[in-house]
Amino acid sequence: MPQHTPLYQQHLAAKAKMVDFAGWEMPVHYGSQLEEHHQVRRDAGMFDVSHMVVLDLAGPAVSDFLRRLLANDVARLNATPGRALYSCMLNERGGVIDDLIVYFMNDNGYRMVVNAATRDKDLAWIAQQATAFEVSIRERDDLAMIAVQGPNARDKTRTALGEALAPAMALKPFFATECSDELFVARTGYTGEDGFEIMLPAAQAGGVWKALLAAGVAPIGLGARDTLRLEAGMNLYGQDMDEDTSPLEAGLAWTVAFEPAGRDFIGRAALEAQHEAGPARKLVGLLLEGRGVLRAHQKVVTTAGEGETTSGSFSPTLGQAIALARVPATAGQTCEVEIRGKRLPARIVKYPFVRHGQPCITYTQTL
Amino acid sequence: MSNIPSELKYTKSHEWVRIEGDGTVTVGISDHAQALLGDMVFVELPEPGTSLDAGEECAVVESVKAASDVYAPMTGEVLAANELLEDAPETINTDAYNDGWLFRIKLADEAELKELLDAEAYAELVAEEDH
Repeated sequence: MPQHTPLYQQHLAAKAKMVDFAGWEMPVHYGSQLEEHHQVRRDAGMFDVSHMVVLDLAGPAVSDFLRRLLANDVARLNATPGRALYSCMLNERGGVIDDLIVYFMNDNGYRMVVNAATRDKDLAWIAQQATAFEVSIRERDDLAMIAVQGPNARDKTRTALGEALAPAMALKPFFATECSDELFVARTGYTGEDGFEIMLPAAQAGGVWKALLAAGVAPIGLGARDTLRLEAGMNLYGQDMDEDTSPLEAGLAWTVAFEPAGRDFIGRAALEAQHEAGPARKLVGLLLEGRGVLRAHQKVVTTAGEGETTSGSFSPTLGQAIALARVPATAGQTCEVEIRGKRLPARIVKYPFVRHGQPCITYTQTL
Repeated sequence: MSNIPSELKYTKSHEWVRIEGDGTVTVGISDHAQALLGDMVFVELPEPGTSLDAGEECAVVESVKAASDVYAPMTGEVLAANELLEDAPETINTDAYNDGWLFRIKLADEAELKELLDAEAYAELVAEEDH
């Protein structure tokens, strides 16, 4: 039996096309994926992301534990309540078990959000690593999560939720606050637009969803969520990186805190060796020169050897095909992508492709 | 409910065929097929002059979501392809049976027409797939 989020009835009421996602019956679109994509870039849209996994970690050793568990360093949060950090959780080989966001709550606790598709293995891994630490882990499956994204997202959320949201309006990007015991609001997202991610009790989710609808926030499905994050150059776990890919080969070197040198996080030795030798592969953006659509797992031919697209789609904002691809580290500025047996020219570009509604492609310099 | 015009013929792979009465047919994809695929963003069509065998993959329609092959419903020679779709592939979504046509074929064997489904049979097929 597929699982349903607390917003399942809202999706049916909005005539969503429902699909299976990691055991959850989720909306892929509510009519037109393209229109939903533009709605988020131009105005405001909301996503039901209640299938994602919220974990509250607490205990006197919780900081020590996370400094061991995560490739990024929660000490960077400077014990600032609500501050968020993006990190990978690695295996000993330096491969990515999952990517996640962790929020500092207080000296005794953090909140972590991990992917739904990796829930079981994440929980097993975290529990296994936690045995050596005085830490408790509580899965918050009593919470729903709604992401509201777009240039008008914050204002419309304020309209929908009223005075309760006032503390969240002052948040800087990548910060969160508890507007009340029941309402955790973060200025984060997965679209390249401004907005909020709201965690709240499951029983309140339907009411908030309806209030957001009334404020002019349109429901957006997983289809547009994927094209939005791809334009924003954000990795999708299981597609752009996995347990056999290190963050250094996935464009995520910026999320690995090698300093301080004494912090012994899981995967450190493997990453240091790779860092010293220089990673053999890198993640780049591709822009198809002509007509066609890039998809995941197409062969990429560069002057430095072959690679593969990891995610690809038609970019609604740019009106042409884009992809993320893993290619040899010394690949230059052009390549060819094999689509149905034909090789089509593409440019190797720096991503993100789109940020805050605007195209922002830059051609790769050097090499 | 899908729109399935009664004057057209259909294939099990969701192409529609309009018999023009002059030994040619016009081919597109059904309303049901365009709805399943979603927003069209790219179309690859056969060159005029290409010889096609019935059942052969001869075109590709791609939505934001996925690429889908289009099969030649009949044996024959491609007379024309719908160039409008190059710049406006979304026409398939908005007008699958008229401006969203894909290509025209000059038939090699009109007897093949008997193999096609009529609207009623196609409606049954669509209903079965929905369940």
